[in-house]
Amino acid sequence: MKSVVKYELLSYFTNIPAYVFGAFLLLFAGIYTSVNNLMAGSMNFELVLQGISFIFLIAVPILTMRVLAEERSQRTDTLLYSLPTSMTKVILGKYIAMLVMFLIPLMIIGLYPLMLTAFGHGYLLVSLGALTGFFFLGASLIAIGMFISSLTSSQAVAAGTCFVVMLVNYYMASLSSFVSSQPYASLIALVILAAAVAALLYLLTKNLLVSGIICGMMELALLVLFFVKKSLFEGLFGKLLESLSLFKRYDAFVDGMFDLTGILYYVSVIVFFLALSVLSMEKQRWAE
Amino acid sequence: MIEALNITKRYGNHTAVSDVSFTISDTGVFGLLGPNGAGKSTIMNIMTGCLSATEGSVRINGHDIVSEAAEAKKLIGYLPEIPPLYPDRTPEEALGFVAMNKGLSRQDAKEQIEHAMEATRITEVARRLCGNLSKGYKQRVGLAQAMIGNPSIIVLDEPTVGLDPREIIEIRGLMRDLGKERIVIFSSHILSEVEATCKRILVISGGKLLEFDTPENLAKKYADATLISFTALASETEVRGILSQIEHASKLKIRPFGSGKCQVSFNSGAVDQEEVCSRLFFAFSDIRKPIVEMTVRQASLEDLYIEMTDNVSNDQGAGRRLIRNLAKGGSRK
Repeated sequence: MKSVVKYELLSYFTNIPAYVFGAFLLLFAGIYTSVNNLMAGSMNFELVLQGISFIFLIAVPILTMRVLAEERSQRTDTLLYSLPTSMTKVILGKYIAMLVMFLIPLMIIGLYPLMLTAFGHGYLLVSLGALTGFFFLGASLIAIGMFISSLTSSQAVAAGTCFVVMLVNYYMASLSSFVSSQPYASLIALVILAAAVAALLYLLTKNLLVSGIICGMMELALLVLFFVKKSLFEGLFGKLLESLSLFKRYDAFVDGMFDLTGILYYVSVIVFFLALSVLSMEKQRWAE
Repeated sequence: MIEALNITKRYGNHTAVSDVSFTISDTGVFGLLGPNGAGKSTIMNIMTGCLSATEGSVRINGHDIVSEAAEAKKLIGYLPEIPPLYPDRTPEEALGFVAMNKGLSRQDAKEQIEHAMEATRITEVARRLCGNLSKGYKQRVGLAQAMIGNPSIIVLDEPTVGLDPREIIEIRGLMRDLGKERIVIFSSHILSEVEATCKRILVISGGKLLEFDTPENLAKKYADATLISFTALASETEVRGILSQIEHASKLKIRPFGSGKCQVSFNSGAVDQEEVCSRLFFAFSDIRKPIVEMTVRQASLEDLYIEMTDNVSNDQGAGRRLIRNLAKGGSRK
């Protein structure tokens, strides 16, 4: 795994995308700090991080688009498959390298609240908590971007799809308010969601039987639950959208709360999408 | 030692490789011969763990390529059809990456990288970006990658494709050198290359392993007779009349051309070819129809390859046509 991390870092330092990613973060963090803190005379650095979180919509696709798509397009994935290193280690190595590239600008941004203390009494712990949350938010989005990159051999398709997914996630909490709170509406939405999950599973495993069984079980469970306790479905889909939103979870950190459940959620998302990335790469080997 | 046990690979309804089994235990260069689309690359990908078999297994020195992947892959070096090189990395870095993944110590890695670069003659481009290298150099870097870790088995998928004649000779020489101490398996659809380089040949067609033997044994087995061909200033009827007197003649092909000329070839089952040629000469002489050209040819690998692939039920027409185009005649007496 160490060799993969080293090789990837070398690649990031000799290519433009990682610099663009870092530059975007630093540029917007600089602008927001100037406007929100220096010009407004405010010490609330966490608001800067909340303000610049939208930059992930562009920065994450730039960083992640090539990570696995390029392997496939250049046929270098054959080398990875033939080496005595497991695909899990390869994926972890590549992910850690991306995290390092994310941490570098983040550490520079982390100096800003320290600098602000020269102008007054700052809330360093709140800033530190917000920075931690910001790191986990970015890390989970990078894991999603990596998985999307594993699905295609085109960097452009990977970047475009990643942007759309980030955008949907960014506005997911706002969109939830437009969803009908009627139990039937929630049931229909969840049935469609279950089918989509099963379709994704089929896409990754190409196993129609297993995907079909899982889809059937999920649909059946939803129907049984609906007829047993209909009230549970009242506004359920909206709540689900809100709780699934990675960006919404970050609000707690901005409010000065070190939300451990939020951290746990981010870690779960990271593990889930890294596992999917491994599965997606292994699928190529097991193609039938 | 490499053991392939009943490997089958299916893509939906299409069977790319069907029940292929072989064992290679001695060192040397071994050829995987077959027309394009025969399943050579699929077999190589399965052997190296890049692809899973639908059925069957591959064992490298007793280690299963799937369940004991790490142990088995340390013993294998693989050069796929397209050398897997990152264009923004130098050959030195590419080799370093493989060395680290194969668990070599810093000192071993340094020594093996230097040795591989010298053997493949890429030292002068060691610090240039792989993306800027010529096809020949990329192929050599790929080969150097396969040599890292001093594997006991090296698998090369069409290593000479796209190279100029000098590079082809160099790569063949390198394969022979490597084959002295280890198993080198390479695929090709160029018969002369396989015949010139290999100790034993695996003939693949339609995803099936047709033969696994030395070129000499295959020639004996399939081409048990010598090919005699001649051009006579005689009609087809006259030619047929004379050839009916030759015992054991088979696979007769007569092609009339021009005015009263025939091009004839047949498989002679006789031991004494000179006697057959003399009889033909006098038979045509008796009817005052001259033979203007006569050749006795030992059946070549091309001939037996065509014969073997002819027996495969799958449509291998394109492959056979390709082989025929390549076959410009074997060794002439």
